[in-house]
Amino acid sequence: MSVFVVLYFACLIIASCLAAFYEKRGPFILLFSLTLVSFILGIVGGTGALRFVAIAAAVLAFAAGVAFCFREFLVVLLPTKIGKELKTAPLTAAFGLFVIFTYAIAAIFAPWIAPYGESEVIASSFAPADENMLLGADQLGRDMFSRIIYGARNSVGLALAATIAAFFLGAAAGLLAATKGGWFDQFMGRFADVIMSIPSLIFALLMLSIFGPQVFVIIVAVAIIYAPRVFRLTRAVAGNVVVMDYIEAAKLRGEKDSYLIRREILPNSTAPLIAEFGLEFCFVFLLVAGLSFLGLGIQPPTADWGSMVRENATLISFGDITPLIPAAAIALLTVAVNFVVDWMLFRSSGLKE
Amino acid sequence: MVHDKSVLLEIKDLRIEGYTGEVWVPIIKGVDLTLHRGEVMGLIGESGAGKSTIGAAAMGYARDGTRIVEGSKIEFDGMELTTATEGERRALRGSRIAYVAQSAAASFNPAHKIIDQHTEAPLHYRIQKRMEAQEDAMDLYERLRLPNPKEIGFRYPHQVSGGQLQRAMTAMAMSCRPDLIIFDEPTTALDVTTQIEVLAAIRDIVDQFNTAAIYITHDLAVVAQMADTIKVLLKGEEVEQQPTEEMLDNPQEDYTKSLWAVRSFERPQKSRPEGETPLISVQDVDASYTGGDKVLDGVSFDIHKGMTVAVVGESGSGKSTTARVITGLLPPSNGQVLFQGEPLPPRYQDRTKDQLRQAQMIYQMADTALNPKVRISEIIGRPAQFYSGLSGTELKHRVDELLDLIELDPSKFYNRYPPELSGGQKQRIGIARALAAEPSFIICDEVTSALDQLVAEGILKLLDRLQNELDLAYMFITHDLATVRSIADEVVVMQHGKVVEQGPKDKMFTPPHHPYTDLLLSSVPEMDPNWLTTLLEERGVDNVGEAADV
Repeated sequence: MSVFVVLYFACLIIASCLAAFYEKRGPFILLFSLTLVSFILGIVGGTGALRFVAIAAAVLAFAAGVAFCFREFLVVLLPTKIGKELKTAPLTAAFGLFVIFTYAIAAIFAPWIAPYGESEVIASSFAPADENMLLGADQLGRDMFSRIIYGARNSVGLALAATIAAFFLGAAAGLLAATKGGWFDQFMGRFADVIMSIPSLIFALLMLSIFGPQVFVIIVAVAIIYAPRVFRLTRAVAGNVVVMDYIEAAKLRGEKDSYLIRREILPNSTAPLIAEFGLEFCFVFLLVAGLSFLGLGIQPPTADWGSMVRENATLISFGDITPLIPAAAIALLTVAVNFVVDWMLFRSSGLKE
Repeated sequence: MVHDKSVLLEIKDLRIEGYTGEVWVPIIKGVDLTLHRGEVMGLIGESGAGKSTIGAAAMGYARDGTRIVEGSKIEFDGMELTTATEGERRALRGSRIAYVAQSAAASFNPAHKIIDQHTEAPLHYRIQKRMEAQEDAMDLYERLRLPNPKEIGFRYPHQVSGGQLQRAMTAMAMSCRPDLIIFDEPTTALDVTTQIEVLAAIRDIVDQFNTAAIYITHDLAVVAQMADTIKVLLKGEEVEQQPTEEMLDNPQEDYTKSLWAVRSFERPQKSRPEGETPLISVQDVDASYTGGDKVLDGVSFDIHKGMTVAVVGESGSGKSTTARVITGLLPPSNGQVLFQGEPLPPRYQDRTKDQLRQAQMIYQMADTALNPKVRISEIIGRPAQFYSGLSGTELKHRVDELLDLIELDPSKFYNRYPPELSGGQKQRIGIARALAAEPSFIICDEVTSALDQLVAEGILKLLDRLQNELDLAYMFITHDLATVRSIADEVVVMQHGKVVEQGPKDKMFTPPHHPYTDLLLSSVPEMDPNWLTTLLEERGVDNVGEAADV
C-alpha cells in the first residue's frame, strides 16, 4: 500500500462525507460510487489504474477551473448586459469559449509564438522531443510545435472562410426565397435538392481535380456543398417570420424586399443562424481536414493539421503519438465549438423557461 | 333535493412568488378564499392580477418558475394541499378537482376521439367500466345540449365547432363528478352567440350536480350571470368580495367602481355628409382564397371621411377578408374598391406610394404586429421616413410628437423594444405606426379584443380623440357589440360573407332588426344577473344551440 493509494481513498471518502453533510445529492452519489469502483479498480489494475483515474480527474478539474476563471474574467471585462448573459452560461460553454479564444490567439500571433519558421528544417527527420523542440520533429525535420501553431492559422482560417462563404450564399438565397415565395422559392428549393443529392466528398474531389488544389477553389467548392443546408434552415426560420403581421404591415407600406430582409426578417432569425454557423463550421473543418489528408487540400509546405496527420502517419506503427497531436487539435476545436453551439441553441430555443 | 353547503375549499394567506432569473418576486400577496359546496365564485381582474395563478393553486399546483410560499394554507375537503405529496395531489386532479381551460381546441388531443379522451379519467381512476363511462358521457352530452349526444363523442376534436368543443370539455371535467371545477376564461375565445350556449350549459350542470366552481374571467357581464359571489383582484391582492347582486348594485372600492363604469363610454354619433364622394367605397366585391368557395359574396358599403364604420359578425363571416381586399392583400375576383371615387388597383404591389399611405392598418395581436427586435423609435419612425423623407432631428421630433399623441412619454419609450411593453402600450405603438404615415383611413382589426376592459376603453377613447383631431375614417372590425355601441357611426352586419344589414348606429340598435342582427344583439351579455335566465326563457331553452347555428 503506497502513500498515494492511502491519500487517494482518503480524499475520496472525505469529499463524499462533505457532499453528504451539505446534502448535495448528485455529487455525493458520484463521489461515493467512484470510491466503490476504485476499490475494484485498485484490486484489478493496481496503483497504475488508480493513478490514471486521479490524473483524469485532475485534468477535468483543471479544465473546469480554467473555464470558471475564464468566465468570471469575461464577466468582469465585458459590458454588464453581455456579462449577465455569460454568467448563466454553463462551464462547458465557458470552456469552449476559452479553447476558441486560445486557438484565435495562436492563429493571429503565430509568427511570434512559434519558435521556428513554418517550413524551417532544424533537425533530422522524426527527431524526438528535446528542450528545443517541444513535440519533436516531423518527417522532414521541421519543428512539430511551430507547425501546429501555423496550422491553426491555415486550417481554421480556411474553414472559417469557407463557412462564411457558405452562409452568405445559403442565407441570402433562403431569405430571398422566403420573402418572394412562389416559383422563385420552388426553383431555389429544387436547386438546393440537386446539390444535396451529390455526395459532398466526391463533389469536392471532382472540383479540385478539375481546377487544381488552390485555396480559392477549396473555399468555393466547400461553400457550394454546404450552402444548401444553410438555405434550408434559413428558409424555414424566415418562413415563420414572414407570416407575422409586422411583415404584412411593412409590405403594405410598400417596402422593398431588401428592407424587409435586412430590417424585419434577419434580426428575428439570427439566433438559430448563429448556432447553425458553429455546427456547420465543425463539418466544414472536418471536410477540409479530410481533403488535406487525401492530399487535395492545402498543399505542402504550408502547415495544415489534416496533412500533418497524413505525413506523420507512419509513426503510429512505431507506437509514437506525434501524428495524433494535430488530430487532437482538430478534435478539441470541434468539441469546443459544439459546447458553445449547444449553449446558444439552448438559449435561442427558449428551453430555459 | 337538499344540497350540502359545507366548506369545500379554504385558502388562507395564499402567497405565490415567481422567479425572474435573479430574485423571487411576489405574484399573489396573501389572498384568502372560502368556497362552499355548490357555490360558484367569480374571480375577476385585469390580466396580471393573478386570477389564473389562484385557480391553479386551488389544485395545489404552481406553474414552473413559481412557488407557493411556506405558511400558505390550501385546505381542500379536510386535506392540506401544500404539505400533501405530489402523488396525493395528482390523485385529486381530474377525479375531485377538474379544470376547464380557455382554449378547448388547444386542450384536446387532435389524434383521439372526444369520447376516448372523456373516458380516460374515469377508467384511470377505476370509477367506471368503459361501457358505463361511455353511456355516462352521452348522458352528460345530452345534459349539455350538444346535438346528437349519442354520436358526437365519436368524432375527432376538429370535426365539431368551437362552442361544442368547449361544452365537450366541460362534460369531460364532469366525468368523475368532481367536487370542484375551475373554469379559466372558458368563453373568452368564443363569439357572443356561441358564448351563450356554453354559459347556459355550464350553469345548468354545475347546479345539477351541486359542484363548486371557481369561474375566472375578465368579463364582468359574464361573471354576473355565473357566480354567486364575486371576488375582485388587483395585482395579486383582493380588492373586495361580495355576493353578486350586492357587488353589482353597490360596489365599495374605487377600483371596482372603475371596472363597472367601463362600459359607459359612448361618443356622439355623426351622420353622413350629404352628397359627398365616400372616402372608401367597396362595390359588389366577391373574393375567394386560391379558387375555393366564395368567402365574400357581393359585399358593398361606403366609408365617409371622418366617420367610423363598424363591421360586425361572427368569426368566419368575412370581416377580416373584406379588410384584406381593401388593403390589396387579396385581389377580389369581382367588383372593385374606390378611393375618393377613383378605383384602387386590386393588388397592393400595383398601388402608388400615396395610395398605400392613405390606408393604414392596426392589428388585433400587438405581439405579432410589432417587430420584437426593432426599437420603438424605428417602428414609428420608419413610415415617417419612408413616406415623408424625414431624417435626423426632424425625424426624432416627429417620433416624439407621435408618442405624445398616443399619450406615451417619449423620453421613456424612444429606445425600448416591444417585448418590454404591456399589451395596451403595444397597441398604442401600433396606432402610432399607422398615424406616422398620415393616413386618411385606418382599418382597426379587432384592436381591443385581446385587451382588458379598462385598457381597451383607453384605446377606444384614444382612437376617438385622434379621429376628431386628425379627421380620420375608421373601419372597425369587431365581434364585440359593446365596442360598436361606444364608437361606431354606422354599422355593417356580415354573415357568411354577405352584408346582412347596414345603416346608421341608432337605427341598427332599435328594432325591427334582421333576424341575424337580432340574434347578435340579444347575445351580448348584460350586467343584470338575471339576463341569461330571461333570455333563455324568451328564446325557449331547447333551441339555444340551434339559434347559434343559424
